[in-house]
Amino acid sequence: MANRQSIEYAKIKGVHDVPLEEFYTSGHRTCQGCESAATMRGFIKVAGPRTLVTGSTGCMYVANTSYMTTPWIVPWMHTQLGASGSSAIGMAAGLRALMRKGKIPDEEINTIAHCGDLGGGDMGLSAISGALQTDYDLLIIMNDNESAANTDIQATGLTTFGANTTFTPPGKRIHITQRRWKKNLAGMLAVGHPTCKYVATACATYPTLDYLRKVRRALAVGGPKFLHVYAPCPKGWDYHPRYSHDIGRMGVLSGLFPLFEILEGHVTYTHDARRQREPVEKFLMAQGRFAHLTKDDVRYIQKMVDEMWEEWDVPGVVPTKGSLKT
Amino acid sequence: MANERAPKAEAVWERRDLLTGCQAVAEAVRLADVDVIAAYPIRPYTEVMDAISKLIADGQLDAEYVIADSEHSQFEIVKHASSVNARTFAGSSGTGWCYGLEALVVTATDRLPVLYLVGNRALDDPGAFGVEHNDAMMVRDVGFLLCWVTTPQEALEHVLIGYRVAEDKGVQMPMAIAMDGAFLTHSQHMVDIPSLGTVRRYLRRYDLSKRRMHPDNPISIAPQVNEDWVMELRRQNWEAARSARTVIKEAYREFNGVFGDRYTNPFFTEFMTEDAETILIGLGTVAAPGRTAVTRLRAIGEKVGYVSMRWFRPFPTEELRACLGRFRSIGVIDRDFAHGSPDDGGILMEEVRSTLYPLDNRPVVVDFIAGLGGRDISISDCMAMFRLTQQAASQAGMDGFVKWIGLRE
Ligand SMILES: Cc1ncc(C[n+]2csc(CCOP(=O)(O)OP(=O)(O)O)c2C)c(N)n1
Ligand code: SF4
Ligand SMILES: [Mg+2]
Repeated sequence: MANRQSIEYAKIKGVHDVPLEEFYTSGHRTCQGCESAATMRGFIKVAGPRTLVTGSTGCMYVANTSYMTTPWIVPWMHTQLGASGSSAIGMAAGLRALMRKGKIPDEEINTIAHCGDLGGGDMGLSAISGALQTDYDLLIIMNDNESAANTDIQATGLTTFGANTTFTPPGKRIHITQRRWKKNLAGMLAVGHPTCKYVATACATYPTLDYLRKVRRALAVGGPKFLHVYAPCPKGWDYHPRYSHDIGRMGVLSGLFPLFEILEGHVTYTHDARRQREPVEKFLMAQGRFAHLTKDDVRYIQKMVDEMWEEWDVPGVVPTKGSLKT
Repeated sequence: MANERAPKAEAVWERRDLLTGCQAVAEAVRLADVDVIAAYPIRPYTEVMDAISKLIADGQLDAEYVIADSEHSQFEIVKHASSVNARTFAGSSGTGWCYGLEALVVTATDRLPVLYLVGNRALDDPGAFGVEHNDAMMVRDVGFLLCWVTTPQEALEHVLIGYRVAEDKGVQMPMAIAMDGAFLTHSQHMVDIPSLGTVRRYLRRYDLSKRRMHPDNPISIAPQVNEDWVMELRRQNWEAARSARTVIKEAYREFNGVFGDRYTNPFFTEFMTEDAETILIGLGTVAAPGRTAVTRLRAIGEKVGYVSMRWFRPFPTEELRACLGRFRSIGVIDRDFAHGSPDDGGILMEEVRSTLYPLDNRPVVVDFIAGLGGRDISISDCMAMFRLTQQAASQAGMDGFVKWIGLRE
């Protein structure tokens, strides 16, 4: 590996440092205001052309990557709904073997797998866990639009409590059928994989540049990495596409979606919601999917969020309680 | 062709060893210089992965060995490694093979030449370790190459032939080598192991060429096509499976050229069939008691023979039709089930009968469901099957007759 060609990235200090080149371009058919599409565009912009990408089934496949109109300038391959983790391992293992055995030139090539919250956070969890135990250089990016959006907005393990989805409609007898609390995914993956050096959460467009910097940071760290990206979805969350950025920002500022980075075990809050939290009500009431919630429901959600920031041992990350107080 | 500048022709066979079916496959994986292996445990195929991990630990094979979290991941890992141009190996048995089925199907539709060992095992429920062929049969319609081997020697050689066929530019299909659980995966035979140099003369480098995933070749693989294109793509897969028959013949011709004449017929092996009137046909190790029964019946003057099927996909339609058309009656041994199928027979019977359909003088075909869940098929079972098949030749209405052999009444 002596003469290994590596990828050099300049630091993104301001918007002017963001590369102008696009590697995810026109051709996709995602909705206006789709933050999942912004997630795609962003990661490949900063990862650059020496990158292989796999994408698991979902909006970012079906609405995104159509035959003869692919938006991907870099090599891209579909992978199965639960296979983002295993596809990343496969690519990385293949490249490593071929380079070590001199069958292809030895150079740094990024391997990135993207998935949705159902494909990655529910079905593909085991494969992602497997990937995070390896020592391959790979990055898994999960765009969390809080539903199985591609199949017409069904609740997943990552959907916010109370949301109206096609599997969890409010009814005359039961007014909230989405009663599962959002899975603590990034925290679970970070805590569960002691040798994984980088797990972070982000929101595609808020705070400005944060997501892009996290992708770069992840790519600079050796081994497997996981990035959980909050991706507001105008269709599934039921708001006007022009508000995608605002909805993401409100989700973060309310503390409902914790924004942090865990680099070699050190937690840094991107937005420290222990100090400052906007009421969740503002965020909830801006979206049609929560229109049926009562004051009590909103209070319950607020209570859970407060608990996450005030009582969890590692706020927003580890839900055990009390061990630090004794 | 030997390299003219080579100082001395290398011996074709390097050594002889007592190996199980699984160990023989591991040796072949070493000889094929496989790049990525994905492992997950399930009896009986697992032994191949045990053996490969040791070869790697001992420095005899340079490969990435990934311990997967499930068969689904196992097969996705090799699929994607194959797409970046690595030669790959995986395998499974029974319910494990089924667990990864989604990934197997896309490997076929993506036309990636991964090679698998299927150590045939009964499907759950209820749990059973013994052989049954339904596991491997799960992939028969989706664009897989699929063959059954009967000895460790044949297993070793078919890994090499398998990569040769699967990776051929006109084929590029995944390949499953099936072997009977326990009866072959874990039974030891003497195996001749060829030298690495000889294998290199036979097996070219794997090259996906314009379809490989690499930054220098920026393509999109398997974008969403819907009704616009899926039919054309299915047609290409169909074409590949169809023309694989020609490539298989080529691959055996070349194999015979490099390794010495080892195979006369790539697709199936005939035993004492020249003047036979009645034959049994089956897949896998049942060939051994089948052939012994033939020898015993021949000794008392009966005109019987045995056909051991090797290739199941692509199905050797022409060759098998020409072969089987000359017999009066055929007994098919199905170590599988196809509940509710035509005549309620097994999978092999349906395929054999439809192969024979265009003939004017069709032999009578009867079916024996036998050896399920690893139950032994004895020589006397085979004798009894021969008797019934002989009887079917002269008894009207027996075509399509199905009998379960060795069933507790
Ligand atoms: C094994 C399997 N089960 C079900 C489906 C159907 N399916 C396609 S996309 C999808 C939803 C994916 O949701 P998510 O991963 O969150 O991605 P999104 O569409 O929301 O971006 C489902 C259920 C499938 N393609 N494969
Ligand atoms: S449904 Fe949501 S995730 Fe899917 S394309 Fe539209 S905005 Fe994007
Ligand atoms: Mg989703």
